[in-house]
Amino acid sequence: MKLLQNLFDGMKPNFEKGGKWEKFHTLYEGHRTIAFAPDLITKSKGAQIKDATDLKRVMITVVIAMIPALLFGILNIGHQHFIATGGEATFLDKAIFGALTVLPTLIVSYAVGLATEFTFCVIRNHPISEGYLVTGMLIALVMPPFIPLWQVALATIFAVVIGKEVFGGTGMNILNVAMTARAFLYFAYPAQISGDLVWTYLGDKTAVDGFSGATALAVAYNSSIDGTPVVEALNSHNAALGADYSFMSMFMGWIPGSIGETSTLMALIGAVILVATGVASWKIIVGGFSGAYAMGLVMNALQVNEFMAMPAHYHLVMGGLAFGVVFMATDPVSAAQTEVGKWIYGILIGVLTVIIRVTNPAYPEGIMLAVLFMNVVAPLIDHYVVKANKTRRLQRATV
Amino acid sequence: MSKIVKLKKGFDLKLVGKAPLEFLQVAAATTFAIKPSDFPGIQRPKVLVNEGDTVKAGTPILMDKAMEQVIYASPVSGEIVEIKRGDKRKLLEIKILADATVTHEKSGALDLGQDRATLAGKLAASGVWPNVIQRPFGIVANPADNPKAIFVSGFDTHPLAPEVPFLLQGEERYFQAGIDALSKLTTGKVHLNVDGSKAVPAIFSGIKNAQVNQFSGPHPAGNVGTQIHHLDPINKGDVAWTVSPFGVAQIGKFVLEGIYDASKVIALTGSEMSQKGYVKTYTGANVSTLLGGIAQPETLRIISGNVLTGEKVEKDGYLGFYHNQVTVIPEGKYEEFLGWLKPSATKLSFHKAIGMFSFLKSGEFKVDTNTHGEERPFVVSGVFEKVMPMDILPTYLFKAIVTEDFDEMEELGLYEVIEEDVALCEFVDPSKNELQELVRHGIELLMYN
Repeated sequence: MKLLQNLFDGMKPNFEKGGKWEKFHTLYEGHRTIAFAPDLITKSKGAQIKDATDLKRVMITVVIAMIPALLFGILNIGHQHFIATGGEATFLDKAIFGALTVLPTLIVSYAVGLATEFTFCVIRNHPISEGYLVTGMLIALVMPPFIPLWQVALATIFAVVIGKEVFGGTGMNILNVAMTARAFLYFAYPAQISGDLVWTYLGDKTAVDGFSGATALAVAYNSSIDGTPVVEALNSHNAALGADYSFMSMFMGWIPGSIGETSTLMALIGAVILVATGVASWKIIVGGFSGAYAMGLVMNALQVNEFMAMPAHYHLVMGGLAFGVVFMATDPVSAAQTEVGKWIYGILIGVLTVIIRVTNPAYPEGIMLAVLFMNVVAPLIDHYVVKANKTRRLQRATV
Repeated sequence: MSKIVKLKKGFDLKLVGKAPLEFLQVAAATTFAIKPSDFPGIQRPKVLVNEGDTVKAGTPILMDKAMEQVIYASPVSGEIVEIKRGDKRKLLEIKILADATVTHEKSGALDLGQDRATLAGKLAASGVWPNVIQRPFGIVANPADNPKAIFVSGFDTHPLAPEVPFLLQGEERYFQAGIDALSKLTTGKVHLNVDGSKAVPAIFSGIKNAQVNQFSGPHPAGNVGTQIHHLDPINKGDVAWTVSPFGVAQIGKFVLEGIYDASKVIALTGSEMSQKGYVKTYTGANVSTLLGGIAQPETLRIISGNVLTGEKVEKDGYLGFYHNQVTVIPEGKYEEFLGWLKPSATKLSFHKAIGMFSFLKSGEFKVDTNTHGEERPFVVSGVFEKVMPMDILPTYLFKAIVTEDFDEMEELGLYEVIEEDVALCEFVDPSKNELQELVRHGIELLMYN
């Protein structure tokens, strides 16, 4: 490691004040601190020792929690491809096909996002923050299996610049950056990120007869139009091809959808990692799932159409709810930051997701808009929680 | 009515280097110093002696022109050898070379039957007064105030902190006299808070004129700020006073014997301290003789006080006025390859993020001064709340100070905290912000505007 240290030391004068690359000092520091935890020591006054955990470790914990979802997503894309196009495929075939489809999106997301981030750090002379480690992965995981890479790049730039940097960078953003990227694409290029055709990547092949690319949510929505019970419609969907939308397949994630969102199981594994390490708030996760379930029960009670009559627990495994609640809603910067606020915020995300799904024909998936909406509302929730705290202390004075 | 308070929030830092309960034989310190920087509220320090003057223990050597009735006295008898000033003639230290045997200014025993103002005036002129700290703000109290209550924390939960009963051995009589004197200074109560997880030590058990409360739980259960919050919280306009147990005994000694006795017992702690244990010395002692033969002091951090709230001193520096502990730990000036990613069970962490297994280890940790990361904006939420056993929203309070929003600072509880109350927040913060400095900045904004 001495070698690498020497390499950095050798470059150092160029980046110091008066050096030829002085402006890029922050990039030098950023890379050096990734290779080596810095040799900074505490000040002479104040805490003389500091906790061994830093933001880099917190962020890498989130990235690790997303890896099961990523790996499953890669495999599932291959799986869905071979179901749709017919033809025998081994595990390896599926994995290779999936990897070749997903990796370009992932690479573009990281490369473009980091380039944007670095540019801002250099312009503003900020240290490079770790936030994009997580965002880069999230952006890739919420993209459809196949999407033009220039769209990924454009959405990433939009999200990083408008979603984060204009507010002052990591820690200052109002909206979840990855959701901002997805919402941008949804409204700017709906053809590539909505409808029935984009969730299964066919490549240069054509789909076999009888194949329908509709997602589970779309199937559920359609059943409320033609009046078939939802569970029946889901169970019989593509059943001839051996790929139904039963509760179990949806829980496991063997269904079409965005790269990382299909598997509730993988999201739950991520949730266990995040909660066990204390990185994400269990209150938001539990609140999100219970809010969705409770709203599902309310819909059952109303039962105006077949979608409303769908068993409430189906909502938890359909679409991106689990992924969104576990990885998006828990982003500490854009979520509510008070402990009571986290409950309210989580529950309302679940409730809103189900309302949007069931009642709004234009957006079959509600989690994206629910999270973004609640990101905007989170400061208001916190405001009232903080106000309650202030009132408590004021009342104390008169006692 | 004494209260029993059980706290859950907080974090005990279990470190290597606790002082065993025994006295060490070390060479006595020969020089002593008073540093105005030890008293955060001091505004216009004025030196009352010249270099070359001879003083006794208790001779006034410093005062604050903003509060002239309080004097800061020489801890020992001897000669003023240096009045050290920094940039713009800022007063840094007044150094005293001690006589072999200490002689005291004497004023005869204090009659506690006198009225409040006279009593306070006499204490203020004696040298013992700087032990009395005012909340809010954590500054030396104004003798003219009538505090709503006086709080004494009888135990210290800071890392490697000395055992308070051990520090006060043989001082029982003085401690009671100190409590008696304090009870005359307030129309409210004197609260003596003891460790509820142990048997009440003998020195506190039969105490009169004070309400004895029990606190248990992890650090900061022993912080007087935490205790005030649960007994009689400070609101805008309130004034309460706090005194350390050592301060109470020192006041008591002045009451009974009429002398300012600055002799104190301190603990020598920390993984790199050559000899761990307790020693008798005086306030403001030079630390070099206490340290014994420490090899390569430049690779070590010598701390006056504990690792959370203490202050770095040079190897020939001086013990802080309020400190009763010297800690020595390694400096952490090293780079560590992928240090942010490496799994470790030996690095102390409050968190359980990937690779941090310290929560599985039950023993003591060896720590150094490495920050383990760079400063960042606040990102993670809910962490400070876990180590703050008060009904305060730390993140919002800190943000209010950063944005210098006076109303918010007041409403969110800046009157209730000083540096030591947020020291644990500063330790656990993954974004490595200097929160103690921030809180003092906020307090100064409130005080001087």
